[in-house]
Amino acid sequence: MAEYESYQHDVLVIGAGGAGLRAAIEASAAGVSVGVVSKSLLGKAHTVMAEGGIAAAMANVDDRDNWRVHFADTMRGSQYLSHPRMAQLHAQEAPARVRELEAWGALFDRTPDGRILQRNFGGHRYPRLAHVGDRTGLEMIRTLQDHGIHQGIEFYMEVTVLKLLKDGDRIAGAFGYDRERGRFRMFEAKAVVLATGGLGRAYQITSNSWEYTGDGMALAYEAGAALKDMEFVQFHPTGMIWPPSVRGILVTEAVRGEGGVLKNKDGRRFLFDDVPANYRDQTADNEEEGFRYTQGDKNAKRPPELLTRDHVARCIMREVREGRGSPHGGVFLDIAWIKNRVPGGGEHIKKKLPSMYHQFKQLADIDITEVPMEIGPTIHYAMGGVRVDPDTQMSDVPGLFAAGEVAAGLHGANRLGGNSLSDLLVFGKRAGEYAAAYAKEHNAATANKEEVEAAARHALEPFERAAGEGPYLVQRDLQQVMQNQVGIVRKQGDLQKALEALPALQARAGRVAVEGNREYNPGWHTSVDLGSLLTVSEAIMRCALERKESRGGHFREDYPAKDEEFGKVNLIVSKGADGEMHLSREPVPEMSAELKEIIKEMK
Amino acid sequence: MAEATFRIWRGEKGSGGFRDYRTEVGPGMVVLDAIHEIQATQANDLAVRWNCKAGKCGSCSAEINGSPRLMCMTRLSTLPLDKPVTLEPMRTFPPVKDLVTDVSFNYRAKKKIKPFQPRKPDRPDGTWTIAQQDVERVQEFHKCIECFLCQDVCHVLREHHLYEQFIGPRLFVYTAALEMHPLDTADRVPELRGPDGIGFCNITKCCTKVCPEEIHITDNAIIPLKERVVDRFYDPVKRLFRVFSGSARR
Ligand SMILES: Cc1cc2nc3c(=O)[nH]c(=O)nc-3n(C[C@H](O)[C@H](O)[C@H](O)COP(=O)(O)OP(=O)(O)OC[C@H]3O[C@@H](n4cnc5c(N)ncnc54)[C@H](O)[C@@H]3O)c2cc1C
Ligand code: SF4
Ligand code: SF4
Ligand code: FES
Repeated sequence: MAEYESYQHDVLVIGAGGAGLRAAIEASAAGVSVGVVSKSLLGKAHTVMAEGGIAAAMANVDDRDNWRVHFADTMRGSQYLSHPRMAQLHAQEAPARVRELEAWGALFDRTPDGRILQRNFGGHRYPRLAHVGDRTGLEMIRTLQDHGIHQGIEFYMEVTVLKLLKDGDRIAGAFGYDRERGRFRMFEAKAVVLATGGLGRAYQITSNSWEYTGDGMALAYEAGAALKDMEFVQFHPTGMIWPPSVRGILVTEAVRGEGGVLKNKDGRRFLFDDVPANYRDQTADNEEEGFRYTQGDKNAKRPPELLTRDHVARCIMREVREGRGSPHGGVFLDIAWIKNRVPGGGEHIKKKLPSMYHQFKQLADIDITEVPMEIGPTIHYAMGGVRVDPDTQMSDVPGLFAAGEVAAGLHGANRLGGNSLSDLLVFGKRAGEYAAAYAKEHNAATANKEEVEAAARHALEPFERAAGEGPYLVQRDLQQVMQNQVGIVRKQGDLQKALEALPALQARAGRVAVEGNREYNPGWHTSVDLGSLLTVSEAIMRCALERKESRGGHFREDYPAKDEEFGKVNLIVSKGADGEMHLSREPVPEMSAELKEIIKEMK
Repeated sequence: MAEATFRIWRGEKGSGGFRDYRTEVGPGMVVLDAIHEIQATQANDLAVRWNCKAGKCGSCSAEINGSPRLMCMTRLSTLPLDKPVTLEPMRTFPPVKDLVTDVSFNYRAKKKIKPFQPRKPDRPDGTWTIAQQDVERVQEFHKCIECFLCQDVCHVLREHHLYEQFIGPRLFVYTAALEMHPLDTADRVPELRGPDGIGFCNITKCCTKVCPEEIHITDNAIIPLKERVVDRFYDPVKRLFRVFSGSARR
């Protein structure tokens, strides 16, 4: 019999990033008892790293903006695979969610008339991102944290959930362990909100932290919920590439929003060479017009650097492949050049992009106000995740909700920058609200004790193996497969090989041994995370094989064009009764007449 | 590639000792990279906190060759590698294991501070008008990544262990952010003088020196807060004025 401490809540939130905190605050406001568990300490979740801003059509800078434009931009960016209802709710509710942050103490940068300032970002038609320099995520998570600690919520820091518990079909809670002592914890709850973020750690070069092992997606999958759009992984075009130890660390898109340009080794603005047809009317005709746009000229059109991320990342890859890259295998991102064009010169750059200045100065010995940065694509974001109801955020498992990066639906084939932070707020709130309502409507559930025992046994197995490989090597090998064969450019043969390599990796993961004891043992933590990484990697491989076309974050060298048929479906995976992963196609949800009208009008 | 020695504190709940690990040093490496390499190949159970690896989350605080710093922002090229690099946990907080400490004190102390209380919105749509210059002062404080290095270095906590009577520099920064917030209406001056223990700070500025966010903790946060306390409690003219005007604030 496993020993564990038990805790009871009406609503259990797993994850303390923007989505989890916002959900917890909302559920608590509805008068139910709320617990929040997170792998890290409070305030350290991924959200803290977000830089550029929160997308919300507040129209503070350009009064032509409104929710309809934001909706159309999101749909276009998603290559029309977003759930239209989610894109609608998101665009409609984001402004109120941002203002709420201000009411809780956040201090955004201001317009000259004292309102919240908004900046340009890729794929957004008007300046739309509320921001605080380039540390918006810090402002957001700290505001939610400092507000949240006074709302009567119980926080369990450094607790990792291993398994979701069920009572028949419905959710009954979660089982995990605390990292500090390695003791098991059981949380009984009437409703559970997953807010665990993404899966970037499945890859080698990523902007994501150790936490991003796809736990939430794997937990939901094991509990019987369907995952959607897993083939769509976002490669952010600008990650650091030199020195090697910083490879993957993000360089915010705000650099380009503030006038930064991309150049190949010949100094050419190569993005002008390839503007996709559906963005041609919105893209600047020349460099001068692009610059004017970044400086707020309403009559100018966007520079091509602010096209969607999937496109920019692929153009960079092309330059590198064709021998026009920078010395360390990327291209140049130059913000220093605006010095002679803006009042304040170098100081202006430091003021607008303080953490980028700091990051390059400290980690790469480079002064971005003087010389260009060297950058290349890095794994950044999972568009796919748990399939949820657009209004309530409930998954297929009654009582199990999901919000934020772990959920799918808003971003389709490609996410626009800034649309994640707003996603966390809008759908975090909704998930909290509906989870509380669900908890009120239902009696307590009883967790299946056998499941608890099995999960505990499984978690401790690595200690029992006398000898075996350590977990880090297995993780490295998996990351290599994903990076090389399921990366930014994909093809049938590679994907097939990756899928074939999986059973061996799964077997090795099942045999890893860890040294030491249960107290704060990262070797052990990594060994239990391997299970989630393998599950989400398999889902990405299978969906990537199935989608024989190129769209958004998914690029197939063997099918480089879009395919109309695939444009009508989302791919779904779920665990079958036979324990295997099953894949199916699902028609993209129908748009309401009103939404169709908007799309037509803004084409 | 050159090799270097890392002398790392290994132990649980305070008992333990230094152990040496050798690993290769590549271009641009930071201390956290070396730790990860050692963890992956020689000591799978080496306990360390980290998240962002970019100086943004404040998780990886430790004492490197005796000085409190972020491991992810300390380049090996800035350290003398002919000698072992010593790595210890923050010594002000109770040790958990290896480089990990129990920093829960900071969370408890924060919870006692009165939360943000905004004035009524300026506009009918529930929003406020604030000038950029009025947010900048507070934005400096909002840069804090809660690495707790300033708490680690402050002698009031480190040597005198006044955890129950003194909230420490990080939380003075937090209080200053609230007190100087253009919208806030709450009054935290009595607590600063009382349970928060601002009087224990004798402005040594050690906290400011270690802050990785370069927040001017003493000059911009602590000293102005001390001035508010003095104005309120020790300035006879203002005290008299308050008696007559009946105002409880500033
Ligand atoms: C460097 C960087 C910059 C970015 N910039 C922007 C930007 O400017 N604008 C934008 O919109 N988006 C941006 N993004 C994306 C955005 O920050 C993330 O998508 C978003 O913060 C995810 O938030 P979340 O609440 O879903 O999850 P997170 O903030 O990642 O939180 C996940 C939480 O779940 C917990 N957790 C995970 N697994 C478990 C488990 N098994 N048990 C218990 N707890 C668990 C974690 O501990 C954590 O608390 C950026 C991302 C990065 C990496
Ligand atoms: S200045 Fe004050 S708070 Fe800062 S280290 Fe010295 S005594 Fe501590
Ligand atoms: S004030 Fe500076 S040193 Fe102190 S916790 Fe914040 S960032 Fe760290
Ligand atoms: S890992 Fe985030 S500050 Fe060092």
